[in-house]
Amino acid sequence: MDAEAAKLIGAGLAAIGAGLAAGGVGNVFGSFLQGALRNPAAADGQQGRLFIGFAAAELLGLLAFVVAMILIFVA
Amino acid sequence: MASEGGKIDPMYQFKIEPLAQLNLGGYDISFTNSSLFMLLVLGAIWVFMLGGMKREMVPGRWQAAVEGVTGFIGNMLTTSVGPEGKKYVPLVFSLFMFILVGNFMGMMPFGLVPGAHPFTVTSHLTVTAILAVISFSVVLIVGFWKHGFRFFSLFVPHGTPIWLLWLIPLIELFSFLIRPFSLALRLFVAMTAGHVLMKVLAGFVINGLNADAAWVSVVVSLPSFILMIGITLLELLVCAIQAYVFALLTSLYINDAVNLH
Repeated sequence: MDAEAAKLIGAGLAAIGAGLAAGGVGNVFGSFLQGALRNPAAADGQQGRLFIGFAAAELLGLLAFVVAMILIFVA
Repeated sequence: MASEGGKIDPMYQFKIEPLAQLNLGGYDISFTNSSLFMLLVLGAIWVFMLGGMKREMVPGRWQAAVEGVTGFIGNMLTTSVGPEGKKYVPLVFSLFMFILVGNFMGMMPFGLVPGAHPFTVTSHLTVTAILAVISFSVVLIVGFWKHGFRFFSLFVPHGTPIWLLWLIPLIELFSFLIRPFSLALRLFVAMTAGHVLMKVLAGFVINGLNADAAWVSVVVSLPSFILMIGITLLELLVCAIQAYVFALLTSLYINDAVNLH
């Protein structure tokens, strides 16, 4: 296979990671809403933890994006 | 945006261009568009703070806005660090404001002025890495200052079983050392990805309008433009969330250093 083609295929495969991270972020917010609707009084106190979970899940998707960008522009 | 032969390069917006050449001892310390936008950010924060520091008994709108932001950071630090957290409000507030205003400054429509384009200072790893190093070194300095070598007990959480003592400190040490990288990468990549997405969509709009066939502009440009409005709103949200996450994680790390586990 041509090296350039392999790079682009690799970058495309990295997009799977971004998609999975989307699922993770959705799971974080969905679970938070599920809990928050059961006990709305406790929801405000947990917003910090919500964003920590969001940040952790999002980071891995962003890393997939970095991999794609490195493959396209740097490697 | 650079258009060479009809191809629009979405990475051009991140290019650092020297505005004034300066050299000091063989090092290139030119005044670049990055420095210009950092100065703009500092100026915006300065004006914002100056307008709200009149210390009136009954706060006006502006003072209420400034007090809202400082109160927000103060609350965040009290909930995550405790009463000792008030000491770190200036640090976390500066980090938060610089990132927030820097992110927003990159979204401003300076492109309407011919030849100018907005530059997001936080879209460069060098800038975000320095911010992360500041936050990480404060954690290290405070931790060793307050606890001395007991700070290393951070790596052995309470209730660790004896037979896991060989593994848990290793994992904790690794997760501690990865913090500055995750802080810097998250901000840098979130900003870069968002801006690349926006410029790619903008390229669709422009290329669709320039296409020979008339139907292309209706089928491609119009939906892209509508999508771009939504993405711009999302980007503004991401700007605020990333600044908030940076400040929140910094305050959590400070909590580790102040209270250990």
